[in-house]
Amino acid sequence: MFLRIWLTLVSAFAAYTTYLYFNCDNKHLSSPGIEIQQGQNLWQAKNCQACHQLYGLGGYMGPDLTNTISARGSKYVETYIRYGTGRMPNLHLADSEINSIIAFLSWVDSSGKSKVPANKVHWTGTYIIK
Amino acid sequence: MNTTIRSLVAFSLLLLLTTVVAGVIASWAFLYPENFNTAIPFQQLRPIHVSAALFWIITGAVSCLLYYSQETKKLYPAGQKAIGIYAALWITTILVIFFFYSIKQFGGREYWEFPPWLSIPILISWLLLMAGYFTYWVKIKDKKSLYWIMWATGILFFCITFIEQNLWQINWFRQSYLREVTVQWKANGSMVGAWNQMIYGSSLYLMAKISGDESIAQNRTVRFFYFLSLTNLMFNWGHHIYNVPTAGWVRHVSYLISMTEWLFFISMIRSFKSKLEESRRLKHLLTYRFIIASELWLFLNLILALMMSIPAINRYTHGTHITVAHAMGTTIGINTMILLGAIGYMLKVEELDKKHKRTITLGFYITQLSLLVFWICLVVAGIEKAYRTEIMPAASFQEIMRPVITVLKVFSLSGISLLTGISTIAVTYLSSLKRIRIL
Repeated sequence: MFLRIWLTLVSAFAAYTTYLYFNCDNKHLSSPGIEIQQGQNLWQAKNCQACHQLYGLGGYMGPDLTNTISARGSKYVETYIRYGTGRMPNLHLADSEINSIIAFLSWVDSSGKSKVPANKVHWTGTYIIK
Repeated sequence: MNTTIRSLVAFSLLLLLTTVVAGVIASWAFLYPENFNTAIPFQQLRPIHVSAALFWIITGAVSCLLYYSQETKKLYPAGQKAIGIYAALWITTILVIFFFYSIKQFGGREYWEFPPWLSIPILISWLLLMAGYFTYWVKIKDKKSLYWIMWATGILFFCITFIEQNLWQINWFRQSYLREVTVQWKANGSMVGAWNQMIYGSSLYLMAKISGDESIAQNRTVRFFYFLSLTNLMFNWGHHIYNVPTAGWVRHVSYLISMTEWLFFISMIRSFKSKLEESRRLKHLLTYRFIIASELWLFLNLILALMMSIPAINRYTHGTHITVAHAMGTTIGINTMILLGAIGYMLKVEELDKKHKRTITLGFYITQLSLLVFWICLVVAGIEKAYRTEIMPAASFQEIMRPVITVLKVFSLSGISLLTGISTIAVTYLSSLKRIRIL
């Protein structure tokens, strides 16, 4: 009995995982180009998520950057990356590297909004996000 | 205790010391980055702190389950050898990871911030542990006590979730940012469940041995809660990504499953009286105190987890320090307390002289008190940030953070006190490790 329940759960987990991999994204945005991929690699190599968040996930030192391109514009973001601030170190990036990070952030921006508006909360407590 | 377990215990305690020291320095670097940016910036300190904490928990959990398993039956020589190689490779890889952090080489994944190729030796070492442990485990005839199942579940699911955590290295997973972030947090969330299985298994073992009542680990209730926690390990990770615009059912399934955690909560309240009586009877035991402390922290963090699992509330708490309070409350308050109790039992701290026992007791109370202040500060900082972000939106990030920083100054001070308490215990344990006979 114990083993049967265990195996049932593990099978459900395997099935759910497989289904999730193929169907969790219902937006189907265009695949990232080379520049975006380079930007993502750089984002990781410089450990940007230690201080910044994307979709509220990451560090707390700086602001969430999910929608910063649409909210502030790429020039604003570029200035911060290029020179740093008192709190943010200057990472001494080349122009092409700054452009690729901006391309990556624009791609993330196009995937959705980080903040959930109050009218998207269902009475059961869950969100209705399309 | 054999050389492998001894090395793992010593290494895990050193990792614990690294965690608290790096954590305290990182908290001050967060407050005054301009003083740290040229020497050792926050983005370098955070991975040291986080990786040391993760590896302390995992290494500590493995040392405990290996030691306790062998109290029942000795490992076979082939198993011993595989586990010996696992320990050597595991420890070496972790040291290499810290070397890469020191030269600012990162992989930039949340919790796993080292260069991605280092996942290969980590995985190989874990497979060796599995080979060594499972060939031994299948030959144990009497596995009625549930800790046997919990240890095996933890080891197996750590491997699964660790592989899943690295799937981003396959290009297909990066073709969609939503898929990438979903899989990443699915793996992270489930991995916490995996190490909890190992740690709670040791806690159950300890309870059974201390009370001398093996039925604690064999009754129907404990089996029911095992399956409930396994279900949560598999499906309750979605609260991390409620706000990510994935398909709606991902969110709804997680929300539904997370609400089953109320059963843990109800069970804790129902067993409160009997636990209180038992704690009065056994409070003279140092190791038991750690287990009782972990239960109290479980209670507080479970309330927080239940609240955060409701999307309508998560809307306010997500991305605030309430999430950090939950993460640190569980890793320090629950995981570290159980591990310190379990390692203390392994090191036979009850047999130490009065002076050492008094030192551990002092460390224990300093830790509990500091952790309470530490945890409350994070909750308050989280409420403050949530209020200024969602209810009374401030114009800029700096404005949102101004009052939060004030609270975090108290948090950083309590961090120093927490460092004192935990170091007192860890250093006493390390010194008493010397007197344990090697078999």
